[in-house]
Amino acid sequence: MEVTPRVAEVDVRLVNVTKKFGDAIAVDAITLDVSDGEFFTLLGPSGCGKTTTLRMIGGFEQPTSGLIELKGVDVTFLPAYERDVNTVFQSYALFPHLTIYENVAFGLRRSGIKGDELTRRVGEAMELVQLVGFEKRIPAQLSGGQAQRVALARALVNEPAVLLLDEPLGALDLKLRKQMGIELKRIQREVGITFIYVTHDQEEAMTMSDRIAVMNKGRYEQLAGPETLYERPSTRFVAGFVGASNLLEGKIGSEGEDWTVTLPSGAVVRAPKSLGDIGSNGAIGVRPEKLTLLEPGQQSKGNALEGTVVDTSYLGVITQYVVEGKGGLRLLVSEQNIDRTTKSDTWRPGEQVTLTWRPEHGFVVGDAAGA
Amino acid sequence: MGLIRRHPALVPLLLLLPGLVWLVSFYLAPNIQMFASSFWSGTLESGFSFSFSNWTNYTDALSKYQQQYARSIEYGFAATLICFAIAFPLAYFIAFKAGRARSALLFLVVAPFFTSYLLRTIGWRTILGDDSIILGPLKAAGLVDPAARFLDTPFAVIAGIAYNFVPFMILPIYVSLEKIDRRLLEAAQDLYATSWGAFRRVTLPLAMPGIFAGSLLTFIPAIGDFINAELLGNPNTTMVGNVIQRQFLVDRDYPTAAALSFMLMVLILAGVALYGRLLGTDELTSKAI
Repeated sequence: MEVTPRVAEVDVRLVNVTKKFGDAIAVDAITLDVSDGEFFTLLGPSGCGKTTTLRMIGGFEQPTSGLIELKGVDVTFLPAYERDVNTVFQSYALFPHLTIYENVAFGLRRSGIKGDELTRRVGEAMELVQLVGFEKRIPAQLSGGQAQRVALARALVNEPAVLLLDEPLGALDLKLRKQMGIELKRIQREVGITFIYVTHDQEEAMTMSDRIAVMNKGRYEQLAGPETLYERPSTRFVAGFVGASNLLEGKIGSEGEDWTVTLPSGAVVRAPKSLGDIGSNGAIGVRPEKLTLLEPGQQSKGNALEGTVVDTSYLGVITQYVVEGKGGLRLLVSEQNIDRTTKSDTWRPGEQVTLTWRPEHGFVVGDAAGA
Repeated sequence: MGLIRRHPALVPLLLLLPGLVWLVSFYLAPNIQMFASSFWSGTLESGFSFSFSNWTNYTDALSKYQQQYARSIEYGFAATLICFAIAFPLAYFIAFKAGRARSALLFLVVAPFFTSYLLRTIGWRTILGDDSIILGPLKAAGLVDPAARFLDTPFAVIAGIAYNFVPFMILPIYVSLEKIDRRLLEAAQDLYATSWGAFRRVTLPLAMPGIFAGSLLTFIPAIGDFINAELLGNPNTTMVGNVIQRQFLVDRDYPTAAALSFMLMVLILAGVALYGRLLGTDELTSKAI
């Protein structure tokens, strides 16, 4: 199910936004709308332009060309301090010379809020991030997770139209990252502010986002909800970046509701059609966990390929196999360890198997595919 | 080695040893000697004798030279202010705007040190001389009053001190500015501070340790300086440094010279303590970095 916000009100609109640094194009004619109250994520590898995009929305960079609107108002050349946007910076950027209280109060004081209202709002923000009692400390006395919360409180206390988050969990260890991720989502629901979140961590993006723009080389290749991105990636890059994929190259044909892909070995596999012209060359993709290994000759689920197990790794939750098929195909297969519970039950390297998957579990990416 | 292994607590002591030996022999011992000689009476010819009753050396020196003390403080203060006015914008420019030219500019800041202090100060005589290559043409062009004098005035002494010590102000301020995480300034702007607001609320407080160190490094040597007053001033611009120098090296009145030096030291220490308290900088330096 793809989450489309009920209110179609657009909070942030980018139209043809391009940013060049010298000759290098960091962001290449991006156009996108972020809806009110949405948790929107820019996901991509380092250097894909996601942080530059965020910084342009925040007002720290100006686009070389294009238009940025906040709540329908053109802010393209408005300085950061005049935008109704706040940022949680990558390394938090807490003011080291100010107490936590003063850090959180910084934005409110600049907007002329004082007295009881100041105290009340700072108090509420501290409560929201569960840091009551830390007001008198200074940033150097906080742990990474606490500093992260302060950064969040310092931004949210201003009740901006949009909150920008630049890899806010990047500096935390894995366990804390997961915990904070869940909490970020809770906070976002609680305050109802639009979040634009930048990360290179696809898992983080998947757990929190309503929609994700997967960015590569200054553009986004696909903009969709987490499920669509995973189940129906539209490009090779997305298929490879969001989760693991087996991509099998071949010739694309059409047969009723399905694409057919003829592999170099001559085998034909199918996947349901998605929108758009994808050209005649491409690949069929299938996620490792969607593949099932069977004894050769057993009843298959629709698509079937013959192969030999070449590697077996037992990983606890799953067992991972590498299966080699005809024509040099190598496929990654994950099987949950439900029926097989001990290591000796797994398939062993050298065993012949049939790889099978249901056509609707596959997806086709064409070389002519646009985003 | 066995000793260290059995008594690891000795390690810090051993590390401190060279410094301690140095400080005890060349700082503490001479200071005790100086303190002792400030209670001497007598002359070099007749020999000196120690007595606590000679505490009058202090009161005598103070009443005789209070003017020079006051002048030293005044000149040192003025020179420090001038240094700050020059150094802060310069350090700010080097730290924030100079880009690749940074190291070159920093080199230029310390470049004067490659010339002797004395020569640099004498150079100012040439610059400020009544008909010097600088002032001569300016006066001829009517841009400067032909009767104006710069050399041998308090102005020249203060300018000389400021010139000689400005690198000591620039470098610490530069270091503290350079250390500031640029994202803090973005964060300030993100939180509705204007450029000026970000400067005042973030840059300036974070530069405080550098300003503090720089003004001490300028003010302390400036207050005890005698070269500038000697070469660029007149008899009415004598500073306490000049008096001490003359008492020690010309008049050989060691007790008075020692008493003067000791009072200067106490004065400076008291000033530093007060300054630190006022700026609250020890809190800043210990926590904020």
